Amino acid sequence: MAATEASPPPRHGLIRLLRQSGSTALSLAITFLGLLAVTFVIARIVPVDPVTAILGERATAAQIAEARARLGLDDPLWQQFGIYVWDVLHGDLGQSIRTREPILSEIFRYFPATLELATIATILGVLIGVPAGVLAATRPGSWPDQLLRLVGLMGYSMPVFWLGLMGLLLFYGELGWVGGPGRLDSAYDMMLDFKVPALTHMILVDTAMAGEWEMFGNAISHIILPASLLGYLSMAYISRMTRSFMMNELGQEYITTARVKGMPEARVIWVHAMRNAAVPLITVIALSYAFLLEGAVLTETIFAWPGLGRYITDALLVNDMPAVLGGTIVVGAVYIGLNILSDLLYRLADPRAR
Amino acid sequence: MKLDTMLRRAGVASALAALLLGAAPAALFAETPADTLVVASAIDDIVSLDPAEAYEFSGLDMINNTYDGLVEINPTTLELEPGLAESWSVADDGVTYTFKMKKGLTFASGNPVTAEAAAWSLQRAVKLNKTPAFILNQFGWTAENVDQMIMAHGDDLMLVVSKPFAPTFLYNCLTAGVASIVDAETVKAHDVGGDMGNEWLKNNSAGTGAYVLKSFKPNEGMILEARPGYWRGDAKIKNVFIQHIPEAATERLQLEKGDVDVARSLTPTDVEGMAGNPDVKIQNDVGGQVYYLAFNQKNENYKNAKFLDAMRWAVDYQGMADTIMKGAVIPHQAFLPKGYLGALDDLPYSLDIEKAKALLAESGIKDPKVVLSVRNSADRMDVAQSIQNTFGQVGITVELKVGEGAEGLKEYRARLHDATLQTWGPDYPDPNTNSSTFAENPDNSDEANNTGYLAWRNAYDPGELTAESQAAVMERDPEKRKAMYADLQIKHRETSPFILMFQQARQTGLRSNVENFYTGGAVDAAAYWLATK
Repeated sequence: MAATEASPPPRHGLIRLLRQSGSTALSLAITFLGLLAVTFVIARIVPVDPVTAILGERATAAQIAEARARLGLDDPLWQQFGIYVWDVLHGDLGQSIRTREPILSEIFRYFPATLELATIATILGVLIGVPAGVLAATRPGSWPDQLLRLVGLMGYSMPVFWLGLMGLLLFYGELGWVGGPGRLDSAYDMMLDFKVPALTHMILVDTAMAGEWEMFGNAISHIILPASLLGYLSMAYISRMTRSFMMNELGQEYITTARVKGMPEARVIWVHAMRNAAVPLITVIALSYAFLLEGAVLTETIFAWPGLGRYITDALLVNDMPAVLGGTIVVGAVYIGLNILSDLLYRLADPRAR
Repeated sequence: MKLDTMLRRAGVASALAALLLGAAPAALFAETPADTLVVASAIDDIVSLDPAEAYEFSGLDMINNTYDGLVEINPTTLELEPGLAESWSVADDGVTYTFKMKKGLTFASGNPVTAEAAAWSLQRAVKLNKTPAFILNQFGWTAENVDQMIMAHGDDLMLVVSKPFAPTFLYNCLTAGVASIVDAETVKAHDVGGDMGNEWLKNNSAGTGAYVLKSFKPNEGMILEARPGYWRGDAKIKNVFIQHIPEAATERLQLEKGDVDVARSLTPTDVEGMAGNPDVKIQNDVGGQVYYLAFNQKNENYKNAKFLDAMRWAVDYQGMADTIMKGAVIPHQAFLPKGYLGALDDLPYSLDIEKAKALLAESGIKDPKVVLSVRNSADRMDVAQSIQNTFGQVGITVELKVGEGAEGLKEYRARLHDATLQTWGPDYPDPNTNSSTFAENPDNSDEANNTGYLAWRNAYDPGELTAESQAAVMERDPEKRKAMYADLQIKHRETSPFILMFQQARQTGLRSNVENFYTGGAVDAAAYWLATK
């Protein structure tokens, strides 16, 4: 009967982890393929003819036929899709119609600006949002809770466009506490390319690595307002979710047990309850981070921030579909990447998931 | 105790955040440097900075400051003046031009400016055949023949054109960015795969202008650096930094703070909001765009002269310019924008409901209805509604058909509209650019599909005006030519199904210490080298 016997479940943790990773990788590959299929289909159904977009309105019939053949538009669809997937997997997202530059290299220039902004915003959102949510959860109905609800509601409901302009008007226009739009004051911006090697395209990192501390300080003064604005939005979300997860945990029996045992309240909250609340919170933070990494279009416009959101929007406005789709693929890949990350962290935080 | 701990923890986090928020020491802020003019503008229209390819406003501004042509436009008077050629003449055959090159001029690289370089530059623009090449193709120059039609002879450059055109037509077209003279030696050295340096020139400059391009980052900004020994006199300000600031309200804020010296994409609302700020001033210029109503003569009503006249008296030209457009336009009632050779700037029509009513009665058309296609943007909608209102008072019902810009344009080009509210921007600084499209229609049949002619798009057969406009572009005597365009504009506005309403106005915000900033008006691009601060 040995042949029908199921093989024994792997007992070794490493094997199990590998097996889990394998299935995660497979599901990610399928997701990514799905993303490529969707962008491919969108590119074929939008009413923008790639050939006239490239050649312009004055193109002759012969030029159009030549370009169609060169772009492979006459091949069967499945073949075009195959080539498309092959190109993307080799890092070729095509060429921007407007600038005729490889899209990947353009995105390498714009994405770091967004990454930098989103990272600082998320750090701010977590640093303020999590303690605030915990505070509200431990004292429901108290004034800090009410205040948090109000602040959160404002963060949800006020248009970011308006908040950004008002923020600029107050902190830059009136008070002069922060730098204005752009990533640097013009005097520094002009020197940037000549003094600071663009190693990462993240201005704080690059200026710090070059030892240009004055420029670094100026860059902080410029990033702080848009980052705080986005951080506020992310804080509003994170704090509400923290409050809700925390309230749920604090009602559990193991908390009562811990309290009965006479454990210090801080330990009960931050160690026992937080450990469990952290599991879903990781997903919330990752989602909020991913949302900001898509590029906060309006914020980037108001603050003249050369990021991915503005890149995709600008491209969209001039019918530069390859750039729009290339940007979309990158955003999708980032989403998938963050999902893996939160999945891994999830497993670390929750032994049951291991 | 437990609350204490918690508050302390929360306190640490907030203190950390506050530290980050407040980490911007005010001492680090820099003013705009004294040797730099900082210009805020929306420059995301730039496709290329190669003069043979650039055909967008921001790119042409850059080219005007880094390159020169054989013939130039004086930025202060907007009149033609010698550029890299010191003089020129046209032979009796009317097709052979000789340009005598100025001596002793150099490109930014130090290479001398020669007739060979000039010939190669023009040949290059024709051969590359990018968007603006059509300006040169009008003279019969093609990739195949241009080497014979444009040739250097010693210090002279010979240009042969296909027909005895009006000389002013050629001179005006030679001031366009596409006719800029490039440093042939330098550009040839950057040829990649026979592209004649096109790829390299997209991000570099190789001209004779007052400035050289020091760096360019698309959608971020560009830096121009003055070169010593510019033939029109060295630039007054050493650097020009053009920052891409797409949002008008942001530009305004930066201008008021003194972080930029010039703001070029302000809206009338921003301009209004800055009134009374002593640190800022507003400079008013005209731009080249004209705003017009056009009526498709496939609808027989629009062939009725009295009806067309009734509508001309039913538009509130001044009222709309003052209230809706608030300084973004000026009333203008001829197809040539102010600044062009022969442009008329009189305003024969004004809102007169009674007169319009009487004309409508005379026309014999009962309860006319106009379906006006209009683009879905706030100012266009406001203009359309004003027209709907005043036409309504006269007894003409206006139904607004609102759509996206591209959609409306498609309908217009297929002549499927009834009436439309549109703008038109001239392609090059010669009156022929607008005259040929508004007043010429060589074949009014559907099959002709002459979408390039606005007259065709409205099924308008201009009759003798076609020939008159074609004659004007051949008229050798500049004064006669000017008179011909004046006559064309009068006949056109009195008989055509077009109602010209406005010309674009430009409002540039300047810090109060900035002087001599020239935007180029309707015919030219901005000139930075005369600006001081």
